[in-house]
Amino acid sequence: MSETTAKVRKSLARRYRQEKRFQAYGILSIGVGLLALLILFTDIIGKGHSAFFEHYIQLEISLDPDVLGVDDASDDEQLNYANFGGVIKEALRERFPGVDDRQQQRQLYALVSSGASYNLRDELKADPSLLGGTRELWLLADDDVDLYLKTPERKRPDARLDDQQKQWIEDLEAAGETDKRFNASFFSHGDSREPELAGIGSAIVGSFFTMIVTLCLSFPIGVAAAIYLEEFAPRNKFTDFIEVNINNLAAVPSIIFGLLGLAIFINLFGLPRSVPLLGGLVLTLMTLPTIIITSRAAIKTVPPSVREGALALGASKMQVVLHHVLPLALPGMLTGSIIGMAQALGETAPLLLIGMVAFIVDIPGGPTDPATVLPVQIYLWADSPEQSFVAMTSAAIMVLLAFLITMNTLAVVLRKRLERRW
Amino acid sequence: MDTARELDNRNRADDDAAKPLIDVEERSMQDTPYPEKTVGKPFVDAPKMKLRHVNVFYADNQAIHDVSLDIGKNEVISLIGPSGCGKSTFLRSLNRMNDTIDICRVKGELHLDDQDLYDPKLDVVELRARVGMVFQKPNPFPKSIYDNVAYGPRLHGLADKKYDLDEIVENSLRKAGLWTEVKDRLHSPGTGLSGGQQQRLCIARTIAVSPEVVLMDEPCSALDPIATAKIEELIDELSESYTIAIVTHSMQQAARVSHRTAYFHLGRLIEVNDTETVFTKPEHELTEAYITGRFG
Amino acid sequence: MQTGNLLLLLVAMVAAAYYIGWQKSLAQARPLGGIRHLESLPFYYAMRAALWCAIPALVVLGAWLIFDDAIIRSTVMMSLPEEMRPASEGGRNLLLSQIQNVASGALASDSVRPEIAGAADRLRGLRGTNTMALTVVFIIVAMLGGAWGWLKIAPQLRARQQVEKILRVLFMLCALVAIMTTVGIVMSVLFESIRFFGQVSPVDFLFGTQWSPQTALRADQVASEGAFGAIPLFMGTLLISAIALLVAVPVGLMSAIYLAEYAHAKVRAVAKPLLEILAGVPTVVYGFFAALTVAPFIRDLGESIGLDVASESALAAGLVMGVMIIPFVSSISDDVITAVPQVMRDGSLGLGATKSETIRKVVFPAALPGIMGGILLAASRAIGETMIVVMAAGLAANLTVNPLEAVTTVTVQIVTLLTGDQEFDSAKTLAAFALGLMLFITTLVLNVIALHIVKKYREQYE
Repeated sequence: MSETTAKVRKSLARRYRQEKRFQAYGILSIGVGLLALLILFTDIIGKGHSAFFEHYIQLEISLDPDVLGVDDASDDEQLNYANFGGVIKEALRERFPGVDDRQQQRQLYALVSSGASYNLRDELKADPSLLGGTRELWLLADDDVDLYLKTPERKRPDARLDDQQKQWIEDLEAAGETDKRFNASFFSHGDSREPELAGIGSAIVGSFFTMIVTLCLSFPIGVAAAIYLEEFAPRNKFTDFIEVNINNLAAVPSIIFGLLGLAIFINLFGLPRSVPLLGGLVLTLMTLPTIIITSRAAIKTVPPSVREGALALGASKMQVVLHHVLPLALPGMLTGSIIGMAQALGETAPLLLIGMVAFIVDIPGGPTDPATVLPVQIYLWADSPEQSFVAMTSAAIMVLLAFLITMNTLAVVLRKRLERRW
Repeated sequence: MDTARELDNRNRADDDAAKPLIDVEERSMQDTPYPEKTVGKPFVDAPKMKLRHVNVFYADNQAIHDVSLDIGKNEVISLIGPSGCGKSTFLRSLNRMNDTIDICRVKGELHLDDQDLYDPKLDVVELRARVGMVFQKPNPFPKSIYDNVAYGPRLHGLADKKYDLDEIVENSLRKAGLWTEVKDRLHSPGTGLSGGQQQRLCIARTIAVSPEVVLMDEPCSALDPIATAKIEELIDELSESYTIAIVTHSMQQAARVSHRTAYFHLGRLIEVNDTETVFTKPEHELTEAYITGRFG
Repeated sequence: MQTGNLLLLLVAMVAAAYYIGWQKSLAQARPLGGIRHLESLPFYYAMRAALWCAIPALVVLGAWLIFDDAIIRSTVMMSLPEEMRPASEGGRNLLLSQIQNVASGALASDSVRPEIAGAADRLRGLRGTNTMALTVVFIIVAMLGGAWGWLKIAPQLRARQQVEKILRVLFMLCALVAIMTTVGIVMSVLFESIRFFGQVSPVDFLFGTQWSPQTALRADQVASEGAFGAIPLFMGTLLISAIALLVAVPVGLMSAIYLAEYAHAKVRAVAKPLLEILAGVPTVVYGFFAALTVAPFIRDLGESIGLDVASESALAAGLVMGVMIIPFVSSISDDVITAVPQVMRDGSLGLGATKSETIRKVVFPAALPGIMGGILLAASRAIGETMIVVMAAGLAANLTVNPLEAVTTVTVQIVTLLTGDQEFDSAKTLAAFALGLMLFITTLVLNVIALHIVKKYREQYE
């Protein structure tokens, strides 16, 4: 055994320990990343799943025409001004007799959501014959009650209710007069100060309109720009400048685009604030670089032989591009655009600056109606003090993530399906 | 004889399907049969490396077919043959560089002195310190000249003191014939040298570890003739202290530097003989066809 | 007519122009013996007519919409008696919105001064006339364009060349949008910043250590010295970004190395996309996670070992931001590591180096420029990140490097200054743009350097 071999052998144990340590760092790093992902998702789902359900309270309600102030239940005008709150309060007093103190009565009334009157109105509208009768009806519970019922029994003392209210709720629960139902209004309602009435309906519609505007602008412009840069632009300093420009724009912080929207679109051009049209314009400018870059990459994969073949048959450059290059590059362009749209859908910061933080109750009817978008709704709710909004926010995040995952999966599937190998 | 030829032809058919690399000229040689076993003198007394029945596979493609060869102590043996004949693959299996390719499997008995190269208990790190390798393209590390040469000794802890390390570096660079050219700029980057200097740097880097065998995989293919001449000179000098196996594309080079020459054809070792014999009166038809330039 | 309806009408007119263009070119081809005697295919004649119909009309519409509002507003303003016209822009805007509210019926006309009610009437009238005039002009331009395109159709007309030229110009205009965006960004932040620096000295802004924009709101107080000193914001941004990079760089880099050099193909195929999900999660989600989960956790943890941790600590925001940029670092590192040629690894392995020695001493130094570029990009990302810090970092400007305290950042202040009640021209609003300018310049410099390094690196191994 030579001297070298002896020395090498001596160093081996230490070096293999190093090797092991190095690999362990690698595994640890991946573990940290994956763990963060896992914690994030379990945290969100853990907090948010309960918001997809809400509690109802059963009360025996007598729809007394005198209390309601309604003599004809088929008259919508009368129903709109009817005192449904009065009959609900009456029903509550009857359910829990002996509550005479005004303070206590107010506590009692707080068990039922202020939105329950609308439940009642809709019931009566659907069946006018109920007027004057007495019926057992399920009414939407207040968010504090809802939260209390959702909390497992041993943790309950934390709730924002006083002991008397807790007693009432437990009585109702024991009597089987509470019920947990799917929270459909979460998907259909607009924002509200009352968590049990708030929903992401208007935000989803707002996001939809914003995305439509973004897609309609960014896809054609991005593809046209990519075609120009890749096929027609002369190779000179100016083209290089455009290219550097696009690469830089792709890395400009998104909030800067919000400043652009505020200064140029709102202050200079006088576009209305808070509308999906404006949001779409800002997001278009933000996603354009992504779409241009991926579209150019897609065009680059079309082999020169295709172009040469068409040119040799006497096609013009434009015909080659429109008849051959574009159709072949389209799948790649679509994939890039979907990824760009997914980015835009999750974007919040620039929209805050152009006024899409407004409190929007009504569902917008078009791209020029004031609206908010899903991520901004999440931001607004995350700031709200009511405990129930934590679950609502998480649930909204789950919906947003579901959309994003769908879009990204679609992009992956599209790429697998349509990608051509040369 | 007939059965042997049949077997060979069948093997060849498999080979064709598996290796699309074969070019047209090689197809024209299909009529010439492979020898039943390597002709000439593949074996020597007291070999440094003893290689028997070596087979190498890339996934399901066999790249080396049953090669048996000895490499003698302090000899220079050159491996020649048409491109895609597997000579580089064979060379890389001698210090287990093929381990870096996932799909590559090596079978057979390969020994360095008495050490089985593919013994699962053997440490590749130790093996590669004993069997060094110089690659086709000069691949100095993006470090200074000094650090390039000192890299191996530092890894293996061959020098305890800075002084020892300086000495190893200087000696290695001297042996590689590079010392006078670079002694004033030891700390400038190795990538700044010319191609020929880079390759000599890589040789210096290899011998700094004092290996017993140096494998060279077409070390001059990326170099100009003057640089090539310098490397060839160097190989000659190195053969005094090292055993060298060199893969080359240039028959002149093989003729100039090596003591023995092995001719590979489509993964088979056709003939091994003294260099002079191979180039003056080759025993096998395929060898003759190759060295007379009928294909290449 | 509403703009949307006008566009629908235009679509119909363009289709009509296309159709009659097509018909006319066919009719002209017939006596000549078929369409091959035409200079171009009928499609191009039809397309030319359609483009002539659409483009001039759209240009007119665009120009009209940009200018009409401003013209109407100034006309209404001018119609007010001299003494009612406010001098400041803020006052003008207030008055205008009052007039607009009266005009739209949101404000009863008898609740305001008669001059304003009159102005509201005038506004309503002008708007009606404006819409009418636009509709008429738009339709006329579109018809004239279409007719021109149709009239010119003749067998010798080089319609294809013309159509292709127009398309080419359109494509080029689309490519110019990227430049226009940059110009728009620069203009929007620059002009407002210049106005800001007219009120607050740049030296005070850049080197002042007091940030309290609220003080400038009081009318009796000029923006006092030091109120707009941005140093605490810069420090806060740096602190949070540094924490983020401290998390993301080692984790991202080691994951990339492990996945590129060690991991089995199957592990890589699963772990890589999973890690990349982290990059696809919207920042508002990270913000929520940081504010409601990580920050309280760190605070409680700190309390349990006797440390006083702010509930909006820089540490929480930085940690979560770090998790967000892990995939950036790892995917760029992965690119540059796999770009290091195999011969380099072979050279090291051939000398008897272990895999980790090869990676640490050969691959990593070779990939370092590319990795540095990636880290700079990640830094630019961290500095410009908004939602995480808006939701999880503080609002008060603290000049500290203690990660357990609350700090505020440039982006947080931009959002805070611009989402409250805005006053035009106040230093408070303009300060947001000055901060935007700083942010833009910083990230631009980082991006240019990073992209340059990465590009040079790629060329080196190509």
